[in-house]
Amino acid sequence: MNRHLLPLGIFVVIAVFLAIGLGLDPREVPSPLINKPAPAFSLPQLQQPAQTFSHADMKGKVWLLNVWASWCVACREEHPVLVELARAGTVPIVGLNYKDERRDGLRWLSQFGDPYRLSVYDYDGRIGIDYGVYGVPETFLIDKNGIIRYKRIGVVTPEILRDKILPLVRELNGNA
Amino acid sequence: MRKQLAVVVIALCSAVCSLGAHAADALPTESALDKRVSALSQDLRCLVCQNQTIADSQAPLAIDLKNQIREKIAQGLSNDQIIDYMVQRYGDFVLYRPPVKAATLGLWFGPAALLILGLVVLFRYLARRRREQPTDAPLTDAEHRRAQMLLGVTDKESK
Repeated sequence: MNRHLLPLGIFVVIAVFLAIGLGLDPREVPSPLINKPAPAFSLPQLQQPAQTFSHADMKGKVWLLNVWASWCVACREEHPVLVELARAGTVPIVGLNYKDERRDGLRWLSQFGDPYRLSVYDYDGRIGIDYGVYGVPETFLIDKNGIIRYKRIGVVTPEILRDKILPLVRELNGNA
Repeated sequence: MRKQLAVVVIALCSAVCSLGAHAADALPTESALDKRVSALSQDLRCLVCQNQTIADSQAPLAIDLKNQIREKIAQGLSNDQIIDYMVQRYGDFVLYRPPVKAATLGLWFGPAALLILGLVVLFRYLARRRREQPTDAPLTDAEHRRAQMLLGVTDKESK
């Protein structure tokens, strides 16, 4: 009896580990920035290069920081979701135009619509590095005290918006 | 013709000389810096192409991070400070050699533990088999006859 149960047990353990492994996305690296203050930035705006915008300007609001670029293919997939969200006006979205040409970024916005309250322009990707950005698009949910509460690496799908981001936005707006 | 040749030779010479002079004063410090940059970047993982170090990777992010390392060295940061800078932004995953902590104990010591477990099982199995093996008792007469019968040996031949 024991002799047959042992291999079966080993098989079950391996199968469980492999099943868990299949469900994980290796590209989604947990960010060390969760529950830490959002890194400071003060960058020129995309539309008005002469004006700067800083993370401190959003203090007291729950907001989304969305990292995007005109060269980013997945951003096209995500964009309608953000446009829809902006239309609903649930949460302000600030864009971080990452390693892009200003001209291309502006053309992208006029072509696909502009869901952003404004976009800041990170030409050399320096602020991207401070935020640990490695795969555009990335989206950060930042609370009223400037603490990062959630990070999405990759496309914000309607499901993720509905199941993860919007409940958190409601919670942060209610409690803080 | 000869004059033109002379001009060319002089131009070439001065080009080579200026190269040499430039190399002489720029290279030593630069190569030390390069060495530190490449040593550090061999310990850091590129998050875009996850099985490469940023030293191996040509992804734009890896190039940016190498430039960051160079800049931080120029600012006088120590290697540990630069590694901390990366970990603060990208987490432990950025380290090619994961740190020993509670979450990584299995990673670091799991294989050795499995090896020891395997050896223990093996030795216990061998010991049990040795215990259970019959001793070299001589065959009884009945067994002897049966063995001879099975082998097809007649009494006559065996004697």
